[in-house]
Amino acid sequence: MTTPANAPPPLNVDIKPPTLAVAVSTAVGSENQPEEIAIRAHGLNSWYGTVQALKSISLEIPKCRVTALIGPSGCGKSTFLRCMNRMNDPIPGARASGILTLYGDDLLARSLDVVELRRRVGMVFQKPNPFTKSIYDNVAFGPRLHRSFRRTDLDELVENSLRAAALWDEVKDRLKSSALGLSGGQQQRLCIARAIAVGPEVLLMDEPCSALDPRSTASIEQLIRELETNYTIVIVTHNMQQAARVSDRTAFFFEGTLVECGSTDRIFTNPANKQTEDYVSGRFG
Amino acid sequence: MSNAAEISAAAIRAAAANRRGIARSRAARIGTERIIRGTLLACALLSIVTTFTILVILLAQSVSFFAMPQVSVWEFFTGTTWAPLLGEEKHFGIWPLIAGTLLVTSIAAAFALPVGLIVAVYLSEYAPSRVRSILKPVLEVLAGIPTVVYGFFALAVITPFLHDHISESFGTFNALGAGLAVGIMILPIVASLSEDALRAVPRSLRDAAFAMGGTRFDVSARVVVPAALSGIVASWLLAITRAIGETMIVALAAGGLARMTLNPADEVQTMTAYMVQIFTGDAPAYGIEYKSSFAVATVLFVITLALTMAGNLFLRAFREEYE
Repeated sequence: MTTPANAPPPLNVDIKPPTLAVAVSTAVGSENQPEEIAIRAHGLNSWYGTVQALKSISLEIPKCRVTALIGPSGCGKSTFLRCMNRMNDPIPGARASGILTLYGDDLLARSLDVVELRRRVGMVFQKPNPFTKSIYDNVAFGPRLHRSFRRTDLDELVENSLRAAALWDEVKDRLKSSALGLSGGQQQRLCIARAIAVGPEVLLMDEPCSALDPRSTASIEQLIRELETNYTIVIVTHNMQQAARVSDRTAFFFEGTLVECGSTDRIFTNPANKQTEDYVSGRFG
Repeated sequence: MSNAAEISAAAIRAAAANRRGIARSRAARIGTERIIRGTLLACALLSIVTTFTILVILLAQSVSFFAMPQVSVWEFFTGTTWAPLLGEEKHFGIWPLIAGTLLVTSIAAAFALPVGLIVAVYLSEYAPSRVRSILKPVLEVLAGIPTVVYGFFALAVITPFLHDHISESFGTFNALGAGLAVGIMILPIVASLSEDALRAVPRSLRDAAFAMGGTRFDVSARVVVPAALSGIVASWLLAITRAIGETMIVALAAGGLARMTLNPADEVQTMTAYMVQIFTGDAPAYGIEYKSSFAVATVLFVITLALTMAGNLFLRAFREEYE
């Protein structure tokens, strides 16, 4: 699969070589410096049929930072996440209006090449969903969709993606065995490696730890921190502590509106809004 | 609080009403249960007994066939001449019948397996729910048409078409016309069972592939079909079993001449069609021809049994993957 000739030129010139997993996070509080914005929403509305799921959301997601979306079930945070890679498209009656851009490219445009968009915006799902294929073929799946590789290049890409997902050492001796033989946490890291292998700029994570035990959760959280060096990450989570641990910025959604957004430190220690304070302190939700 | 009081009052009233009914004794309960269990067991045994009876008769008649002085077991399983009725010297080599069966079945399979899979992929991955709600019942109607109708459809439509548009060499009875009709007959089996297998593939796998920029075809061909493969293979095997055992279509449209041929324009006789010929013709009961059809039936039974078992194995493998 090669990129269609009429597709807009991808901003990432080549598959991004994932750096070593031990890379140290550079994301230390830098609220005062102007940051490059990766995704910008302005007055974003979304409907499922006649039900309005998002009401005039305006939110900026900085590049190479972890942004957490929190809020009670049904608040619209997953809908917002799925707007960013147009995963709501196949749902009958789903539509969106307003402004949503990725580095200035309109994500809501009817003419947008969704295949190209999803190369740039990868997604990790709630439940680990590896294909019923080998570990190697799982990681190679995305790259093979978009271009043909020499064997050695593909081997290298698979290795680097697995290293970036901190899984290489555990699976390097059994790349050809089924991905379903891995533990839940390993499967989720495989899914992250699989998403990384396509060379995205943004990684969307929809409650990536909710099906995992605490230990696997800790390894995924550490991984998220390491990945932020290279990727813009948006994570939906129900777990307050997790949001506090992994994110730089937190956005609190409630009943389809964005109540408050700011640095994670501030949202958790000094929220401006009473609802936010009640939610993050566990008084409702 | 008033709510809790209301609920407990209602519970007390329900218990009072309950006491007014007539109690069913423990003995009555056990007795009824025993009768029901006995009836169910009898019904279950009936089907097993019937199957075993058929099997015993098949084997007994086959054994008495092979015991006849004119018959050689060696010739039966290796011979290439099947001439039970004509001439002074009768020949019982089963291969012409197997060849006829395989030819018709191969033609049916070559048509129905790929087309059925494509229909299944369309129904499961592409069709909008409205189209699906129309197409699926139509397929099921197709599965309900009596096979004799397919038989004369082959004679009246397919064969004349082949004769007029493909080659003059297609006679009234030919393997291709019958094979295509059998293919149309088993198409709904393949489509319906394969579609069930495709739809059983978890939504999350499709989501993963779409989220990586897969097109609908990528997702269907690289994720869903491979994941459902054992279920698809099972549907294929079960459909082939039906094609091998199909009788009416081939008896009508394939002809009655047992010979070794791979030419689809030729008249062929299948194992099933031979049995029809014997039991509807004037072959004397308990004669050698009569008994030979039991031997043929036994061979047919062994083939279809093996295919059914293989199909069930694949089906079980498929179910295990997703449970």
